[in-house]
Amino acid sequence: MSRTSPPPLHLAVALDGTGWHPASWREPSARARDLFTAGHWADLVAEAERGLLDFVTLEDGLGLQSSHLLAPDDRVDQVRGRLDAVLVAARVAPLTRHIGLVPTVIATHTEPFHISKAIATLDYVSTGRAGLRVKISARPDEAAHFGRRTAPAIGDYESPASQERVAELFDEAADHVEVVRRLWDSWEDDAEIRDAATGRFVDRDKLHYIDFQGPHFSVRGPSITPRPPQGQPPVTALAHATVPYRLVARQADVGYVTPHDTAQARAIVAEIRAEQERAGRAAEPLHVFADLVVFLDDDPARAAARRDRLDERAGQPYTGDARIFTGSPAQLADLIQDFVSAGLTGFRLRPAVHGHDLPAITRGLVPELQRRGAFRRAYEADSLRGLLGLSRPANRYAA
Amino acid sequence: MTKPLKQIHLAAHFPGVNNTTVWSDPRAGSHIEFSSFAHFARTAERAKFDFLFLAEGLRLREQGGQIYDLDVVGRPDTFTVLAALAAVTDRLGLTGTINSTFNEPYEVARQFASLDHLSGGRSAWNVVTSWDAFTGENFRRGGFLPQNERYSRAREFLGTANELFDSWRGDEIVADPDTGTFLADARAGAFVHRGQHFDIHGRFDVPRSPQGRPVIFQAGDSEEGREFAAADADAIFSRHATLEEGRAFHRDVKRRLAKYGRGPDELLILPAATFVLGDTDADAQERAREVRRQQVSGATALKHLEFVWNRDLSSYDPEGPLPDIDPDVSGEHIARGRAQVRMYRDPLATAREWRELAAANNWSIRDLVIHTGNRQTFVGTPATVARTINDFVQADAADGFILVPHITPGGLDEFADTVVPILQEQGVFRADYEGTTLRDHLGLAHPDAAGARRREAS
Repeated sequence: MSRTSPPPLHLAVALDGTGWHPASWREPSARARDLFTAGHWADLVAEAERGLLDFVTLEDGLGLQSSHLLAPDDRVDQVRGRLDAVLVAARVAPLTRHIGLVPTVIATHTEPFHISKAIATLDYVSTGRAGLRVKISARPDEAAHFGRRTAPAIGDYESPASQERVAELFDEAADHVEVVRRLWDSWEDDAEIRDAATGRFVDRDKLHYIDFQGPHFSVRGPSITPRPPQGQPPVTALAHATVPYRLVARQADVGYVTPHDTAQARAIVAEIRAEQERAGRAAEPLHVFADLVVFLDDDPARAAARRDRLDERAGQPYTGDARIFTGSPAQLADLIQDFVSAGLTGFRLRPAVHGHDLPAITRGLVPELQRRGAFRRAYEADSLRGLLGLSRPANRYAA
Repeated sequence: MTKPLKQIHLAAHFPGVNNTTVWSDPRAGSHIEFSSFAHFARTAERAKFDFLFLAEGLRLREQGGQIYDLDVVGRPDTFTVLAALAAVTDRLGLTGTINSTFNEPYEVARQFASLDHLSGGRSAWNVVTSWDAFTGENFRRGGFLPQNERYSRAREFLGTANELFDSWRGDEIVADPDTGTFLADARAGAFVHRGQHFDIHGRFDVPRSPQGRPVIFQAGDSEEGREFAAADADAIFSRHATLEEGRAFHRDVKRRLAKYGRGPDELLILPAATFVLGDTDADAQERAREVRRQQVSGATALKHLEFVWNRDLSSYDPEGPLPDIDPDVSGEHIARGRAQVRMYRDPLATAREWRELAAANNWSIRDLVIHTGNRQTFVGTPATVARTINDFVQADAADGFILVPHITPGGLDEFADTVVPILQEQGVFRADYEGTTLRDHLGLAHPDAAGARRREAS
């Protein structure tokens, strides 16, 4: 197959509180007091849509945010508290028309039956723009919020015992996604027949029990919600190591990874592609996006100064899993094009300060990429799958 | 001095997955597409209704081992639709039915608190229970809850959710950029609950919402259900929509409130009600008869008779006489996922009674089901229906009604355009919203104020 033009570049933005820098809420543009209003989220997503981005992700968890990976903190100097991400996405859906809405769901403590119908419904209320980002919870304090099981306290995330526990949680997450996906297919597209002659509303031969049985849960089905408009809303996951790469390779449509240079990017993409082949999905499209935290200003020195000021306010330099970019839109466009050469198909940008760096993405980076012929100039599809170049999948249960 | 006129509360129930909903009507639209929900909600808000109501069931119904296919099948997720409806309405309350058996308090509390924030204080929760293993097959917890524990779990579930809602006072978020203090209280959201059904502790992660807590609805009619409502609910979604039954129910439930230190205005009684309008009362009666025949086809009549007989009656002629054979009372019911079958506590007696009724009136199976099933509550011209609704409310048979149209999504339009203006003109229904929250519409105090009043009283 010959390729005349490079594959399209995909851009998403990850929204979390007032931004990814822990001191972001103290910026004048942050509107921290509006954080728990619908207007705050509607404005952010509208801005992302203005920039023709593929989708936004919304962070979530089943406990308060913490500066520790596995334990709560009692800090009062950072944003604490949030709204349910699926509901934020649903609240914003009728106010937007093109952009994909990808809330985070936690596989560890939630019911796959509820998650499946919630995302299917998000797909209905957004007319085909829903996705989900699946995440595990290894935090013992979050397990205590449910009381259904105890999670052993993990002292060292890297210890063999911890890694074993995490591997189990990822296995459970894979089962969770499997159930969610089967339930989406548990109604065939033409199951609703409204046949007045026989009085039948549905053709029950087109409704399917999913009969999933696993170590953590069994689910009979079918869903109470008909197959969503996209058939299968895209499933996405963030991954930093082999175990989560495997989840991405087996179950996801988009994986978010955190390379710090092109060599790392190449190695990660190769590992995911190998796992994808092992899972028998080599022929299916699977996007690998790099996550980047961004401080963006037209003048790179201003971006650096802003980062320094935020770090100073936070009391320590901001670090995290993803590479932190500080500079101008043109420099970020250079980095993105560099990473694309390593096999990445898109980027999920984490604005350091939503109020500043999101508009810098939509009004600075996007026009720069458009000038280079590297990003869409108008939305070319009306579903999230369409924007991601994914066709509408056949139903696994259809004869 | 005459007693001041009571103000009527009105709500709109999105047509459900049962035979009240006439999907075969040419005007019937989608039960799933958001445009149907948006149309329905906008009509309710245009008519200044108190709230919209969504029911929920967590497993598709089956009868005789097969998915029941004669009624509307399928519905969207309650929370997700309500959050989306918050974007296309400004004042309308948003009531969702959420099961306390197949959910966990932490998750449900964060969903309702989130919905309350995202709607500016318009959320309400109709707390329902179930115990059946049939529904449990879709969930982690399975179906091991004994029937007699469903209310104890429901009450503890709601109590726990209230502890979570109350774990934030509402003044914790200061977000002062100069001092760098986001949270005034390092332990905001802290909770510990140790009980029979839930043993949980930690920090709740959604700050206090505009209403403090969602408005609480209860729908059960049993002794336990009534007691639950008297203790913990703000409103009852009842099914006693006749004048005498309604008055008896109203008296019974309001009488129970004192025991819990509550006044009669702190619990609203809102029966479900159907309606058929016409240009004349006779015309409306004729339309009502047609609607009943649409609701009860021959096939539906046989299936409904099976609720009592608990046998496969598919070989009977719905236009013929009732079966001579008696109901099967020996085993598990052939209709699953349907609360209705529990209403027939003595199927043998019901069968006897129905045979006599059918014989006396020369009714076929279908005629019998049409006459004994849910007949329309209000039938008449808009003036007749307005007068009847007002009479019921002023006579304390109800505090208002949750209206269930039989056509989706336009079944409320005619009521909004013709009956509501009459009630407004008579000064018994609001001409415009006076407040912004659902508590405002229902005349319910914010939980902080209600709590303070109760503490003072005790």
